[in-house]
Amino acid sequence: MRGALTGFLAGLLFGIGLLIAQMTDPARVLAFLDLAGAWNPALALVMGGGIAVALPAFAYAKRRRRTLLGEPIELPSATQIDTRLLGGAAIFGLGWGLAGIYPGPALVLAGRLAPGALLFVLMLALGSLLANRFTARAG
Amino acid sequence: MSIILDPIALEDCLAGGLVIGMATAALLLLNGRVAGISGIFFRLLGRGWQGWQAGFILGLLAAGAGAALLGVKPPPALAATPPWLLALAGLLVGFGTKLGNGCTSGHGVCGMARLSPRSGAAVLCFMGIAMLTVFLVRHVL
Repeated sequence: MRGALTGFLAGLLFGIGLLIAQMTDPARVLAFLDLAGAWNPALALVMGGGIAVALPAFAYAKRRRRTLLGEPIELPSATQIDTRLLGGAAIFGLGWGLAGIYPGPALVLAGRLAPGALLFVLMLALGSLLANRFTARAG
Repeated sequence: MSIILDPIALEDCLAGGLVIGMATAALLLLNGRVAGISGIFFRLLGRGWQGWQAGFILGLLAAGAGAALLGVKPPPALAATPPWLLALAGLLVGFGTKLGNGCTSGHGVCGMARLSPRSGAAVLCFMGIAMLTVFLVRHVL
């Protein structure tokens, strides 16, 4: 229960961060991705700012086994750079570039019941289920 | 190419980025988990998800609901995007992030902050393809 509460607060804070940075606005995201147009580099600051704060937190977490609340710390263990990783990232990049929307902002916008975001999130779920079938077949 | 340096936009983005970093640090230091949004969301679609995962996604939804209640207008660009394009983009983003194990939050913020070469490669790849896609759609097609 405590885990669900802290998880909720972290998600809420994350969503507020996306709203402050206006990453929920596809026009702003596409302006960052459009190097040949009127390029707005502001989005790099969102990622840079996030990394700057998260970096010391990860450095600290790597040296600990349990969190401040006593929960086990579980960091991703995969290290290989393979075609599955790069192929997946490329397909994600294609979808991101087409509409300027990615999962975090899509969920924030779905929270206000914006019809376009609800459709996007529904297809996001469908896409992941298709990927499950694809990887099961590819072995 | 022209570069737009709007000081207000830069401040918003830096402030928002710092808040995103704090949220990521909070989930890591309190729950011991990585704030990869696509991964957390996909876990909720199957069995065996945990409370913190449902809580995190509910928090994201609550942020949007709160913004609407406070009178923040939805972005006009979203309503202006045709449904077929949103559906196609959503499908590709869902397929790609599931296959590549992460999106902008998981690889872009958490992976980079962990100094993971795997995430660095993913970020270069999705960022490069996204920029190429926008270039083709806006300046070639």
